[in-house]
Amino acid sequence: MKKFIDFITNEKNHKFVIPAIAIFLGFFVGSIILILTGQNPIKLFTSIIRGVLGIDMSRIGSGRSVFNARYVGEYFVFAMPIILTGLSVAFAFRTGLFNIGAEGQLLVGSFASVAAGVTLDLPGVILLPVVILSGTLAGAIWGFVPGILKAKFNVHEVVVTIMMNYTALYLTNYYLKQLPGSDNVKSIPLPAGATLKSEFLIEMTNRSRLHWGFILVIIAIFIFWYIIEKTTFGYELKAVGYNPHAARYAGMKVERNAALSMAIAGAFSGLAGTVIAIGTFGYGRVLGSFENYGFEGIAVALVGGNTALGSVFGGLLFGSLSAAQPVMQSSGIPRDIAIIISSTIILFVAMQNGIKIILKRIKGAK
Amino acid sequence: MEYVVEMLNITKEFPGIKANDDVTLRVEKGEIHALLGENGAGKSTLMSVLFGLYQAEKGTIRIHGKEVDISNPNVANKHGIGMVHQHFKLVHNFTVTENIILGLEPTKSFGRIDIDKAAKKVMEISQKYGLKVDPHSKIEDITVGMQQRVEILKMLYRNAEILIFDEPTAVLTPQEIKELMGIMRELVKEGKSIVLITHKLKEISMVADHCTVLRRGRYIGTVKVSETTEEEMAEMMVGREVSFEVDKVPATPSDIVLKIENLNIKNSRNLMAVKNLNLEVKAGEILCVAGIDGNGQSELIKGITGLTKIESGKILFDGQDIAHDSVRNRTLKGIGHIPEDRHKYGLVLDFSLEENMALQSYFQEPLSKNGILQPEALRKHSDILIEEFDIRSGQGSVTSARSMSGGNQQKAIIAREVERSPRLLIAAQPTRGLDVGAIEYIHQRLVRERDSGKAILLMSLEMEEVLNLSDRIAVIYEGEIVGIVDATKTNENELGLMMAGSRKGKVD
Ligand SMILES: Nc1ncnc2c1ncn2[C@@H]1O[C@H](COP(=O)(O)OP(=O)(O)OP(=O)(O)O)[C@@H](O)[C@H]1O
Ligand SMILES: [Mg+2]
Repeated sequence: MKKFIDFITNEKNHKFVIPAIAIFLGFFVGSIILILTGQNPIKLFTSIIRGVLGIDMSRIGSGRSVFNARYVGEYFVFAMPIILTGLSVAFAFRTGLFNIGAEGQLLVGSFASVAAGVTLDLPGVILLPVVILSGTLAGAIWGFVPGILKAKFNVHEVVVTIMMNYTALYLTNYYLKQLPGSDNVKSIPLPAGATLKSEFLIEMTNRSRLHWGFILVIIAIFIFWYIIEKTTFGYELKAVGYNPHAARYAGMKVERNAALSMAIAGAFSGLAGTVIAIGTFGYGRVLGSFENYGFEGIAVALVGGNTALGSVFGGLLFGSLSAAQPVMQSSGIPRDIAIIISSTIILFVAMQNGIKIILKRIKGAK
Repeated sequence: MEYVVEMLNITKEFPGIKANDDVTLRVEKGEIHALLGENGAGKSTLMSVLFGLYQAEKGTIRIHGKEVDISNPNVANKHGIGMVHQHFKLVHNFTVTENIILGLEPTKSFGRIDIDKAAKKVMEISQKYGLKVDPHSKIEDITVGMQQRVEILKMLYRNAEILIFDEPTAVLTPQEIKELMGIMRELVKEGKSIVLITHKLKEISMVADHCTVLRRGRYIGTVKVSETTEEEMAEMMVGREVSFEVDKVPATPSDIVLKIENLNIKNSRNLMAVKNLNLEVKAGEILCVAGIDGNGQSELIKGITGLTKIESGKILFDGQDIAHDSVRNRTLKGIGHIPEDRHKYGLVLDFSLEENMALQSYFQEPLSKNGILQPEALRKHSDILIEEFDIRSGQGSVTSARSMSGGNQQKAIIAREVERSPRLLIAAQPTRGLDVGAIEYIHQRLVRERDSGKAILLMSLEMEEVLNLSDRIAVIYEGEIVGIVDATKTNENELGLMMAGSRKGKVD
């Protein structure tokens, strides 16, 4: 016990102790609410286990198959895009910028990849890379616009990105319908060579929608980490984020770095959109409203402390809550509980200074 | 004897270092008690323990003879303890008044802040003690000196009885220091007790009753100031004899490195801060721009280094106009800059020491190759500088800059800039916050740079430094150079008059 308290009160461990406490409290609050509404909180956890690991605890001992790989596959389908939007928000944040525009960057990424896949007639080997690049680049451009407006005219990026989210939603819906063969709700399916679909992965996961996109996600995580930790560019971005005055003193181009950082952040989101469009679905969709990948990205980055690995962890966490929602509903507890849990976690992470003070008190009292 | 504060056998550890190791400090009621020690000796830490910012691992604290547990600054406030920190803790986009009343705002109906009432009270205190501030200016727009006064007012506004001053005079002009000393005497006369941290022995002899000396976290002793000489105190703290004179031969200036012609620069409030200024700095000399804080010297330096846009005029560096070059270009052409505000410009506090050491050269080999940082090179670069400049910290190169003592942060910046041996080194208040031993070393290094043919533009508010270190002194008053004098042919009096705007001293 004493060791445990020493561990959690040690400031060096705050990086992951605080998210852990927040997650614990999130589930705690969720359970309390379930108890208050007369539900069994155990169901919450069995739903998550089923949603993530595909293990149906209620079937244990019943003789029926306990494990269903489809859930695992679908879990990754949920987690992949929000890991990417998490990286997007985290990257901008390292330069001191708040990218609320991940949603819009994702949408233009989706659209551009679909547009490229539907219209370009390229040989197999180049088609897929071109499609992926189009989506990523479109996201980058959508991120660069608020970046350059901030750099040149000091317009706040939050305002511009929010506005551009709506622009992206309506613009992409409109143009998607203009693509050859589109109807009112979706585009025609992309040619097989332009998608990330894999019969192998589908078969392996009992016909889930799992696709090759996870390789792109891993590459993106690596690129994030490499830029931030290894390059002089990442060093500059961090310096600008921590102390723009000192960065200017050291001759760094603070404005240019801000614009570039937003463009790279946008690229991550654009890739998220690409992965959804050409991986999960294989066609472009006309959307009635936002799907909130961007906002989940903010939560992911927040919980993950704006690092590459943290975003992976945050993405897997929030992905598990999304994946558990359908299971929860089918076992009779409201899916909103999952949303309450995510919000509570975000709330407690955002209150980390308070948690730090409490930890300090515990340390002092000892 | 009655003690207001007794800190007994205090031990406080940080990763890699015992900042306080069995330290005892006893402050009598109504006295000024000086706390002396080298950079990193643990003075600020000890006072932070008293102020409730840190909890000591061992030791007891008694206030008025009663043992207390000061778990946070609010508890300290309740015990009547106030502190002016070494690095100010002000909200930059708040006004002076807002900062002073923060947490104790007087309110009108419906909880609205009564800012006029607050401003009035602030003005009352400020007039009573002669702490000149403009209650409605924003912190980011006022000079460091005035920010200091705001900090002092903040403490007085809270009616503190035990006042901790952590290096309050480091940023003040001689005149302001005299005033502050007067204020402190006034305060103890009213029954308040003061702990004064300072590196300036003269100030200790001037006002302090007792002086407690720390060295490398350990308690060395407490002496009665009236019975001890400055030399003895210096030796107690450093452990060796210290020379107060700068050891240098007359300068042999050669070509003009920096030539400023009709320079005009506006300050952040859009007023002309540098007016039609002309100045030359030659290779092989130390030219000091001296003046009372706020007379345009900060803007002048920001203009030369490229941190501020100039209005008009020329800045010729080796004959080339660099007035519109980027900061990076100026650095590459050979300008080094020890900035006045070390936390705003000099350091990225959330970076490690080695990352800070690389701030001006990270983009060049060997610290990086093709845009990829070279961690071993970074480490080696930083280790060498730490060794050479005796920069003390808990964990060496990987220490976070934020956790370092103020003086050691300053040494890190100086090390970084001096090591590059730039053709023109601009040193703004280079020895602010350094202990006497470190000052001796830095002065030697600056003279060595001079002797190797570099041009040095010094900006200092410290009369002794101005007179001892410079070869020529250019006095600035309201944005204009009112006269340039030879350092060996002038004295404090003449300089003082010139700084107040008299042109009498004009020599060439
Ligand atoms: N928060 C912290 N975390 C880790 N180390 C710290 C922290 N605060 C201080 N230290 C270390 O403790 C030592 C004492 O620091 P302190 O600030 O008390 O020195 P100081 O005597 O005030 O020096 P100076 O004259 O330079 O201000 C230093 O080596 C410093 O690096
Ligand atoms: Mg200190």
